[in-house]
This record gives sequence, C-alpha cells and structure tokens, in this order.
Amino acid sequence: MAGASHNHSHGPDGPWSDMELRVKALETVLTEKGYIDPAALSVVIDTYENRIGPKNGAAVVAKAWSDPGYLARLREDATSAIAELGFSGRQGEHMRIVENTGDRHNLVVCTLCSCYPWSVLGLPPVWYKSAPYRAKAVRDPRGVLADFGVSLPTSTTIRIWDSTAELRYLVIPRRPEGTEEWDENALAKLVTRDSMIGTGLARLPGSMT
Amino acid sequence: MNGPHDLGGQMGHGPVTPEADEPWFHAEWEKKALALTLTMGATGSWNIDTSRHARECLSPLIYLGTSYYEIWLRALVNLMISNGLVEQDELTAGHALIAGKTVKRVLKADGVAAALAKGSPCDRPCESTPLFKAGDIIRCSNDSVVTHTRMPSYVRNATGVVIENHGAFVYPDSNAHGGGESPIWCYAVRFQATDLWGKTADPHSEVMVDLFEPYLEKNLA
Repeated sequence: MAGASHNHSHGPDGPWSDMELRVKALETVLTEKGYIDPAALSVVIDTYENRIGPKNGAAVVAKAWSDPGYLARLREDATSAIAELGFSGRQGEHMRIVENTGDRHNLVVCTLCSCYPWSVLGLPPVWYKSAPYRAKAVRDPRGVLADFGVSLPTSTTIRIWDSTAELRYLVIPRRPEGTEEWDENALAKLVTRDSMIGTGLARLPGSMT
Repeated sequence: MNGPHDLGGQMGHGPVTPEADEPWFHAEWEKKALALTLTMGATGSWNIDTSRHARECLSPLIYLGTSYYEIWLRALVNLMISNGLVEQDELTAGHALIAGKTVKRVLKADGVAAALAKGSPCDRPCESTPLFKAGDIIRCSNDSVVTHTRMPSYVRNATGVVIENHGAFVYPDSNAHGGGESPIWCYAVRFQATDLWGKTADPHSEVMVDLFEPYLEKNLA
C-alpha cells in the first residue's frame, strides 16, 4: 500500500505517504505540547540500535550450555537468572526458557501481535511481525522451518509457543557436538538470533572461520 | 475481537521471507515511530492493552497492507486523538495549535535507561483460588468476543491440557477497556495440532498457548 499512486485520500484512514515528513511533524507537535523530551527519543533509539540485541541472549545460552547450576536457575526462574547477566526490563519482565532436545524442537511466535523477548534478543525482525510467519507458524511449523532452510526428522515433535500473554520465551538450542572444550565466549558465537526463536539451529563448529 | 491481527492458522499469506543481515530499522522514521510510541506510552495516558487494541482496530486493509511501524504510528495517532491529547488539524499543520494537556509524567532523557530496565511487570496478587491445575483437560470458550481479548480464534472451542499455572497477571480483556487490571490466573495450555487443524495438521506438532482463566472451562465430555 505504501508507495501507491497519488490518486488517493490523505485522510487519517487512507494510505499514508511522506512518512519522514509525517513523523517529523508528529514529533514537533508532541514536543510543543510538552508530552515528550526529544532528547529521550535519541536515548531510546540508541538503546535498541546499539545496546540491546541477540548477543544478550547468546550469552544466556552459552552459559546455560556451560554451567549446570545456571541452567537449573534458568529452569526455576528465568527472569532472575537472565537478570544475573544484566539483562532485564521492557518486554522481558516475565521470561521462560524452552529447551530443544533430540526429540523436541521449540518455535516461538506471537500470532496476535509482535510479542518478543526484547531484553535478550532486541527488537524483532520484520519477518517475525509479518502476516506470513504469524499465520503459518502454528499450523505448518515444518513449512516455516523450510522457509528458513531448516529440516528436522519427521519424528521430532515441534512445539510452538504462541506468546499470547505476557510471558516471553527464549529457546535454548541444542549445543553442537564437538564443542565440549569450548568456553562461553566461543560458544556464544555459535548462537544465532534465529536459533533462539526456533527458526534456526545453532551454528556448527566447522562453520566458524 | 475477530480482527485482522488474529492471524494464527490463516492461509494465503505466502512464505516467510527472512532478510539477510537485516538492519534494526529500514528508515529513519521507523526509529522515531518506535521512540514516540514508547515515550508517549510512558506518559501513562493509556496502557499496553489499550494500545494493542488500538492496533487491532485498524482497518484490515491497513493492518495487512502496511509495515508494523506504520501500524504502531497509526494506532498511536488514534489513541492521542481519542484521548484529546492532539487534534487532527495540529498533525496536519505540523505544529501545536492549542496548549497541551497535563499528562502523568514526561520521560526525560536521563530517565530512559532506568525506565527500560525496569519495564512494566504485570504479575499481580490474586485472591481467587485457581480453577485449574496442571493435567486438567479444558475446553476454550466459543465466544466471538467483540472487544480486546488474548485468546486467539484458532483455539476457540478446542480441547487442550493445562501444563502449568503461570500465576496471576493483569487481565487484558478488562484492562484494555478501562475496566481495571482485574488480575486473574494465566495458564500454559497445550493443544495437539490435530485437535486444532484436523487432517491437515502436522501430526508431530503441538501448540502451547498462554490463556487466562475466564477463557477456559472444564471439559466435561
């Protein structure tokens, strides 16, 4: 709809164009009316552009792989265990981990909106918020995995977690074989964002160069 | 409500198309859409359930035809107008034409880090005794709720098993509409894919849905 011809309404319910100008105007109005501090916008943007991202979640996973005591704490109270590493707050207030095994693979979706564990993964990618993913994940999870180039044995149960309330889910992917001697920092590099959503698997050691 | 947002199980939307090396934002305005939504939310003029409902009330053509940040912006504008915080002619003019209302708080730059790190926990004490426990077989309501709800339509009337009581949380169906937080128990409920999709289901898949107690009844069948 965006980028349609100019033969359309510019009212509030019609297509919107000139998004940069529109948002600039909105910011000006809200600043003049005293509702927002423009400097606060910059801090919010910097936080999600530079400070919070999947490296947070990768550290949690690597520690879960390496430290049985930490894994036990994650199972008992993931919110507190994740906060031990300094990750907490907005859209991570009520965390749960779900662990992949040889028999079961977990996949996280929010069919109703875009709920996502910001504190450990940052902002969601466009595909996570898109209609194709939200529509397909609960009905055709193997089709979704195929869209990501992932194929699992048909005997593997796929458990889909629809984040319909305020719980936020972090997938703990399976630890790749051949990494028994690796330390947490090295392991964290194997943990991709998608592997913590369930649309991917952890990288294999041989893929690291 | 049976809105365009309730997408689980729908067909015809095509494949998922991940973007390699996707940037955090695809345009400068998207950054501001995020920041304006968060900072206006911080004024305390509405709650997260109200804002989710504002998004799902957008026309299906708009909801399915625009980017998620545009959905956020449109819902934000609608919320501000319906709350009397801005006028449409001010947005058209690009300047305030009348003085702003008093809001509960204005988030300042030096308060952002603490506010984001604190978040908005929504677990609450609840005095009622939970009606369900792990292992109970339940059936979901068959009601087409016309207001905000967090029960997706694909589990309507479906039978599942309670796996865990997550505890009590703010009840979105009430909180979205000014009815107060009305905390109530929230359960992880497991559905076999074949109970949701019948013969076209992947037989080796199951769906976990977090459901509030009023959505559920004991399955007496």
